[in-house]
Amino acid sequence: MIKKITCIECPKGCSLAVDIENCKVVSVTGNECPKGEKHAKAEVENPMRILTTAVLAEGLAVKMVPARTDKPIPKSLLMEAMEAVKRIRVERPLGVGEVIAKDLLGTGADLVSTRRVEKTS
Amino acid sequence: MVSRDLVIVGGGPAGMAAAVSAYENGVKDILVLERDQYLGGILNQCVHTGFGLEYFKEILTGPEYAERFIEKVTRVPEIEVSLKSFVVHLAKDKTLTYIKPGKLETVRPKALIMATGCREKTREMVHIPGTRPAGIFSAGLAQKLINIEGLLPGKEVVIVGSGDIGLIMARRFTLEGAKVNAVVEIQKQSRGLLRNVVQCLEDFEIPLYFSHKIAKIYGKDRVEMVDIVKVDEQFNEVAGSQFRIACDTILVSVGLIPENELIEMAGVELDKNTNSPVSDEVNETSIPGIFVCGNSFKVYDLVDSVTKDSVIAGRIAAEYLRSLK
Repeated sequence: MIKKITCIECPKGCSLAVDIENCKVVSVTGNECPKGEKHAKAEVENPMRILTTAVLAEGLAVKMVPARTDKPIPKSLLMEAMEAVKRIRVERPLGVGEVIAKDLLGTGADLVSTRRVEKTS
Repeated sequence: MVSRDLVIVGGGPAGMAAAVSAYENGVKDILVLERDQYLGGILNQCVHTGFGLEYFKEILTGPEYAERFIEKVTRVPEIEVSLKSFVVHLAKDKTLTYIKPGKLETVRPKALIMATGCREKTREMVHIPGTRPAGIFSAGLAQKLINIEGLLPGKEVVIVGSGDIGLIMARRFTLEGAKVNAVVEIQKQSRGLLRNVVQCLEDFEIPLYFSHKIAKIYGKDRVEMVDIVKVDEQFNEVAGSQFRIACDTILVSVGLIPENELIEMAGVELDKNTNSPVSDEVNETSIPGIFVCGNSFKVYDLVDSVTKDSVIAGRIAAEYLRSLK
């Protein structure tokens, strides 16, 4: 079975034709780079997404700390992950890439800050 | 009055890239004026990924992309950054007047780079009939409220237009627990990137209506509902196709316009349709020594392109300064 999907790895948005047999990817065409093939496989077998959001700050120079998971997490866990994110408060200054929450929902992915955040001046 | 070799208005991606590039091309007296309390411009509120793949060969979020340039700019002592500095007047001879807390300053640069970005088109510019209740936001404003201020502007949302910011905000509202009832696009296809249609709408099963428009907004104090109607090839309403969706919030994501009122004030010729400066060469204007870069020159899809464009602006401003000597 051929399934058409749009690659979301980069802004190019290649249109991929994915040949699937028994829920497994046999071949991928239409991708302009190797990321497309990897994406197609993951999309069919276990779709993953990087979660990007913002976390409440307390006593810092900003009200919200922008954050992301350091690697993709299962798409099906995005909403549950947000429930966990909403309970977090960042109370200490952070650098870019510093961990806010380790091993989010047991996915193995850490929630990390994407902005340098200082104390209230 | 203070004199400067180069003043750059705007400390977003365009202004920062222009500053670094001008410095690398030999300019040693640079002042960057930024109206916000930090550098980075709109990137600060773009917490999603998709930035930097072309320029850094990495997938970054907006704040991460900004940080790369903030680091560079703040490391160079010859680049002075003045925050909370809002330019209110620009004269033909490039004299700038700006306000910062408690002060009114003037500065006269030999060369000027305008990196003022763009602003969002509003409901008024796309003529949506109906009442004028609270609850109607431009998509970028809603983005700022959620990601910078920590406020959720509404619970049941209809988005007008399928520009990238609107699509990104459909996902953002959904993740924050609001419900996005519809994205309504008058054109036959999305104005935004296809990847955003997939990862922001399809991932969350948000309905997208092509060739549809909002026929009317209802609500007295707060938005209560909208009428949506199908349109034909000539954008005329198709009789009998109307339906109603309840919502408390409407986001407008119908495009961006370069923000060029300051150079217009100075007498630079602007294209009335695009609000971009009329020029033969990229980044130049009808007044020698005034350069425009990034989204204020032309609205780009990617910040990577803004950076590339602004690097050129920094270089040609440096060449112009050399030619004066």
